[in-house]
Amino acid sequence: MSKAPFGRRALTVTANEELGAYRVLRAADPNGPQPEPGQFAMLAAVERWGGGEDERPFLARAFSVARHSAHESHFLLEDVGPGTRRLCELRAGEQLWAVGPLGRGFTAPSEGRRALLVGGGVGIAPLAILQDTLAASSPASSPEGEGEADATVLLGFRDRDRAQGAALLQGARIATDDGSVGHHGLVTELLAIEIERDPHAVVYACGPAPMLEGVRALCERSRTPAQLALEAGMACGFGACFGCVVPKRDGSYLRVCVDGPVIDAAELEHVEEHAGAPA
Amino acid sequence: MSVEFCGLRLAHPIINGSGTFDAIAARRVFGEQLCERFPFAAYVSKTITLAPRAGNPPPRLWETPAGLINSIGLPNKGLERYIEEDLPELAQITAGAPVVGGEEAAGEGGRASVHLITNVMGASAEELCHLVEACDARPEIAALELNVSCPNVKTGLDIGADPRTLQEVVRAVRGRTDRPLIVKLTPNTADVAACAQAAEHGGADAVSLINTLRASALAPRRRTNGAGNASRQWLGGGTGGLSGPAIRAVALAQVAAVAARVAIPIIGMGGVQSSTHARELLDVGARLVAVGTESFRDPAAGARIARGLR
Repeated sequence: MSKAPFGRRALTVTANEELGAYRVLRAADPNGPQPEPGQFAMLAAVERWGGGEDERPFLARAFSVARHSAHESHFLLEDVGPGTRRLCELRAGEQLWAVGPLGRGFTAPSEGRRALLVGGGVGIAPLAILQDTLAASSPASSPEGEGEADATVLLGFRDRDRAQGAALLQGARIATDDGSVGHHGLVTELLAIEIERDPHAVVYACGPAPMLEGVRALCERSRTPAQLALEAGMACGFGACFGCVVPKRDGSYLRVCVDGPVIDAAELEHVEEHAGAPA
Repeated sequence: MSVEFCGLRLAHPIINGSGTFDAIAARRVFGEQLCERFPFAAYVSKTITLAPRAGNPPPRLWETPAGLINSIGLPNKGLERYIEEDLPELAQITAGAPVVGGEEAAGEGGRASVHLITNVMGASAEELCHLVEACDARPEIAALELNVSCPNVKTGLDIGADPRTLQEVVRAVRGRTDRPLIVKLTPNTADVAACAQAAEHGGADAVSLINTLRASALAPRRRTNGAGNASRQWLGGGTGGLSGPAIRAVALAQVAAVAARVAIPIIGMGGVQSSTHARELLDVGARLVAVGTESFRDPAAGARIARGLR
């Protein structure tokens, strides 16, 4: 995994663009290493971090790196609380504290196995950089770099506004809860069809806990290997606070920040929805 | 800026609070930069207990106005595996670590090393004695800190909350080691200065304070499905401990109160985010200052605060 520079560093925001219900925040990161797909960063605004709703935020917030190119990191944000709201407000030229890249990312599929990328909501973010990386490393990718056929992308959203987030990836098939775009239903229903079609595929998933639990259960039944990028409330992101644990099958705990966020689905009995992240 | 503490020479007065910095995990994340720029002049381990502990069920954290409630539950490998597995690596991480601002204390060797302090907790004097003896046998450990925010097996009351019990326990442990013995006081007591005095009378070489303030958080209503109040606790462990800038003013008052009553050195902590905050604790009587929650927001916070004290 890429080693993070020690200590937080100030990044300058270069763009903050609307993408349906989300924002894509870009920040110049001249001193940061190339993150691996699935790694994340702890972000906070340098100015006015705190004093919002309930006198929060206080802690930095964890975000998957959605894309990284030319020393610029992209993050996908959704305004769901005082911390994410403040980050969504940032304008080009303003500064961001960042620690990262952190955690263990996705492991590429072994040769000849197709990657099935399954995302839900704002959790589609790490699948974008994964798709970029898979396309760049695929022998099938053309010299022009149009390697979109290597991975199948299935994304689920609540509604039409959020489904616009699918533009972050190439060639995504979409499911929506309200049927406004694509398949009317769950993204795991699309996944079930794909797994049946190609039992040797490898699943890469990130999204809300109920979706990840659906993916986990499906992959367990079909014996499909799956790598799940988890979210948990965390204070530090580098193993110090022990706050972000999830139980393993054997009853011991994993720290999502240093043992994950990408966890082999076989290690988990369930993906539980309890350790909600501070928003 | 170097400072003497219980016979140890520290490069500067900034250390970490127990359980707020996992140097082994941090080395995995940040690599050798951690050792090259180690942020603390002494490194305090997380609390070690006789038997391994998995810690509390999640959720373990809750963000508050300018603070954090944690209910981690002291997960650790237990004494045996700490000594076998973690201690050698901690010694390696800290042994060669040049300390920020440590030139003055480095002497002829050119480098001031980071002292290792091991924090232990037991539910009785017997357990604590066992832990302390095992640590005393290890040359890597420069000093010991007793976590006395633990219910006594006999009384159910926190050992550190009652001056008489505290004094008895410290006296029992005192006989088992010549290393500096620090007692980490709990703020969840009627008279913290009386507890500090009891620790001193029991033979402690130093006291550290404040530990986290007992606190709780209720789950947001949408998650409760109409359940009663009892099940609305957010934290898996029930209650937790509040830290961060929210408790800084309390720490300042308690450190000052303790400094007025004891002659032994004090490690002050509670919501320190800057060298100004550290300076305030030093001004009211602390010899060293520990940084905890601020390291969560900036892993190099200790170094930043130490630099600012120069």
